[in-house]
Amino acid sequence: MSGQTSFVEQAPNHPETSARFGDLHPPLDKQAAIPEANRCLFCFDAPCTGACPTHIDVPRFIKKIASGNLSGSARTILDANILGASCARACPVEVLCEGACVLHRFNKQPIQIARLQRFAMDSLHASGAPLPFVPGAETGLSVALIGAGPASLACAAELRRRGIRAHLYDGRPLPGGLNTYGVAEYKLPLVESLREIEMLSQLGVEFHFATMIDAEMLAGLEREHNAIFLGIGLGAIHRLGIAGEQLPGVTNALDLIAGYKSGERTTVPARVAVVGAGNTAIDAAVAAARLGAAEVHIAYRRGPEQMSAFAFEYEHARLEGVKFVWHVQPTRILGSESVEGLELIRLAASADGSILPQPGSEFSLAVDLLVLAIGQGTHSSIFADKVKLERGRIVIDRATGQTSDPKFFAGGDCTNGGREVVDAVADGKRAGIGIAAWLEATLAPA
Amino acid sequence: MPQPKPTLATTFCGIQCPNPFWLASAPPTNCGEQIMRAFDAGWGGAVWKTIGEPITNVSSRYSSIDWEGRRMMGFNNIELISDRSIEINLQEMAEVKRRYPKHVVIASLMVESKRETWHDIVQRTEDAGADGLELNFGCPHGMSERGMGSAVGQVPEYCEQITGWVKEKARTPVIVKLTPNISDIRMPARAAKRGGADALSAINTINSITGIDLNTFQANPNVDGKSSHGGYCGPAVKPIALNMVQQVCSDPASALPLSGIGGIANWQDAAEFILLGCGTVQVCTAVMHYGYRIVEDMQDGLLAWMAEKGFASIDDFRGRSIPNVVSWNQLNLNYQIVARIHEDLCIGCQLCYTACWDGAHQCIHLDRTAPAPDTTRAPAMVEAEAARRISTTPIPKLDAGGPGSTKAHTPLERIPRVDEHHCVGCNLCSLVCPVEGCITMERIENGLAPQTWAERTAAGITPGGACEVVNTK
Repeated sequence: MSGQTSFVEQAPNHPETSARFGDLHPPLDKQAAIPEANRCLFCFDAPCTGACPTHIDVPRFIKKIASGNLSGSARTILDANILGASCARACPVEVLCEGACVLHRFNKQPIQIARLQRFAMDSLHASGAPLPFVPGAETGLSVALIGAGPASLACAAELRRRGIRAHLYDGRPLPGGLNTYGVAEYKLPLVESLREIEMLSQLGVEFHFATMIDAEMLAGLEREHNAIFLGIGLGAIHRLGIAGEQLPGVTNALDLIAGYKSGERTTVPARVAVVGAGNTAIDAAVAAARLGAAEVHIAYRRGPEQMSAFAFEYEHARLEGVKFVWHVQPTRILGSESVEGLELIRLAASADGSILPQPGSEFSLAVDLLVLAIGQGTHSSIFADKVKLERGRIVIDRATGQTSDPKFFAGGDCTNGGREVVDAVADGKRAGIGIAAWLEATLAPA
Repeated sequence: MPQPKPTLATTFCGIQCPNPFWLASAPPTNCGEQIMRAFDAGWGGAVWKTIGEPITNVSSRYSSIDWEGRRMMGFNNIELISDRSIEINLQEMAEVKRRYPKHVVIASLMVESKRETWHDIVQRTEDAGADGLELNFGCPHGMSERGMGSAVGQVPEYCEQITGWVKEKARTPVIVKLTPNISDIRMPARAAKRGGADALSAINTINSITGIDLNTFQANPNVDGKSSHGGYCGPAVKPIALNMVQQVCSDPASALPLSGIGGIANWQDAAEFILLGCGTVQVCTAVMHYGYRIVEDMQDGLLAWMAEKGFASIDDFRGRSIPNVVSWNQLNLNYQIVARIHEDLCIGCQLCYTACWDGAHQCIHLDRTAPAPDTTRAPAMVEAEAARRISTTPIPKLDAGGPGSTKAHTPLERIPRVDEHHCVGCNLCSLVCPVEGCITMERIENGLAPQTWAERTAAGITPGGACEVVNTK
């Protein structure tokens, strides 16, 4: 990082949005954190560590909280996961570390790993101490990383710790990708993502913002760098392909979330409908409720048992007052100047398991804002003649992140089809180590 | 046949007590007003905060150590004896006895080591109505530097002599309070018995420094930047106190009625002291932590336990565990137990595994899903294997069997296996196991007749070079 303005200082400041999106899980204070840390059994080969995609040594960092070694605790977290503070807030821990806690089988109350992790990371940030790692001795090698989301950031950190230069290219004005722009603010505020990346960049990561990569540029990067990492994420949210989709008042979940997080959107109209029932759909629906919608519906073509949202996200949405309309499919978006309603048709399962519209069952919901959350497409096609793709996903060796072109590595959503921040960090970390190992092997004197 | 309702009323060295729960000589018995409130709460007796020539105390006076977020696991004080005049203490004592004639008031005494001085204080205290006298030969700080307290208790000859002086004058029972700050507590106990003591109380507090402030480098409790060793008490000292109680009660030359002290906080603690021979128990730290009200459950819980066990009175179980504590050379060398892990209760924390490998005898293994038992795989190898595994966040629709899906049952590969052939029966795994009843230690019938070390040496079949430290006393 060379003399650029602090990322945190560039974060939008909207007190009203902040007030509406207070912490879903409030921080622990010291007197709560220590007994909670002591409740941890300190399992051997702990299942929580195994369940974490980045394999944070959970019992180790928790025991360091208990002993009062908070800097050591944060270092333990960051050593495995350079976005440890973000993951402490954004991770769906119910299906990861906390879901794996052995106490489920004992007294049923798992250790609050996420809140303890946040406690350790907040303590590090509050102490003003620098990142507890230093760059490795410069090797003269360099890697271009396309995209500055969690996968590329994690990859860059591994490269820098090994003395390999890391140049990150991103189309947005600020780093972090979906970690910055796509996680519900009541889980991970935008400024906290930036704070963590600011710290990471103490390793000497070089950012190139507002830069879109085309084929020509790619060729240039390939010449200048020893390897390329693709952390490009996924593309735009799918469209429904029905009448009225061009009307004002039709948006998608990622734009809605990025909009309120960046301060461009501060309110929503009274009636909001979200199409889709994944975790992003839930984030969008809850955001709509918090931004002032009187009525928020989620419309999904199957039932609750088939939705891809985690069970706890579904429960959370219900607590926020979101209503679910199951087994429906949008047929038409109504409205003349802007969206006025959504026409839906009921679906029924047929004998072979497919779902069929029921003619004559059409009905409509009055809607002022329609939010699409039916999955993202891929935007990997510009690399199609470089690396092997499968249904748009970049094919990699899971252990090293290497693609079909040995000089190209990849990780994160563009390889796994869209998972969690922590999965992207794990991918990027493996790729960073993989790149260093590959460079060492290929550049070694014969 | 219905059991008679048990009673807590008991007699201790001739003193009738409504129950065996006494307050120890300490801040909770500073003054008459406190003691009367304690009696109202249900305490059967109180040993008055030690009376003697008034002293000057410092501030601060107390410090403690916390354990894993719990406060006051161990407690320490550098407070001296009563800072109020002998006259006031005795006036109040007379008033307490007038208003609570059935409750026990014991006067704790400490004066300079002169026969006349002791005679004088004994006379005045008994005139005030004390039911008994407790000679404070145990206070480890401040007073000992003036030739009193543990300076007396640590020298059996002084102990015997002063007890003798007191007995020349006393009409009420004389209890000698023993210090634990000595290598063998039986020595002062025997001296007190030779001096004519009617009873003993043990233990007084243990010399301690509770901690150092890592920012100021000063010790606790802090008196203007300096500290001094204090007397340690509270839950942490209970095992030490139980051992000393057992030593005194099982030694015929020491044995006298004993009032047990040291970390007693509830009825279970009290029952244990009584099982090792105590006639009453004294409490201080738990009251300083939670107030006099704790005696309600001490009474309630002890009565319920007595009813369950069929004990009608304290005497029915007092000393019952003494025969069960012997010297090591009386233990059966042929008794064999091994650990059994109950798979249905195991939560898969594997604490037993790492404890056995690193802290015991390498007899627990993680190989239940291996094709053949593998006793060579060490903890570091298991961890290295786990670190290489790639895991991802499960997506409900796509990934069945994420981490949350095994909540109900522990997967077999996480349940350790005990190599019973090599298990030495040390208990460690069952001690570290967080789930009660998950690891049990089970007897193996090996067909060998019981044999102790004493019997083995007497039979001349001890291995060459083995020897025993002989207690010459």
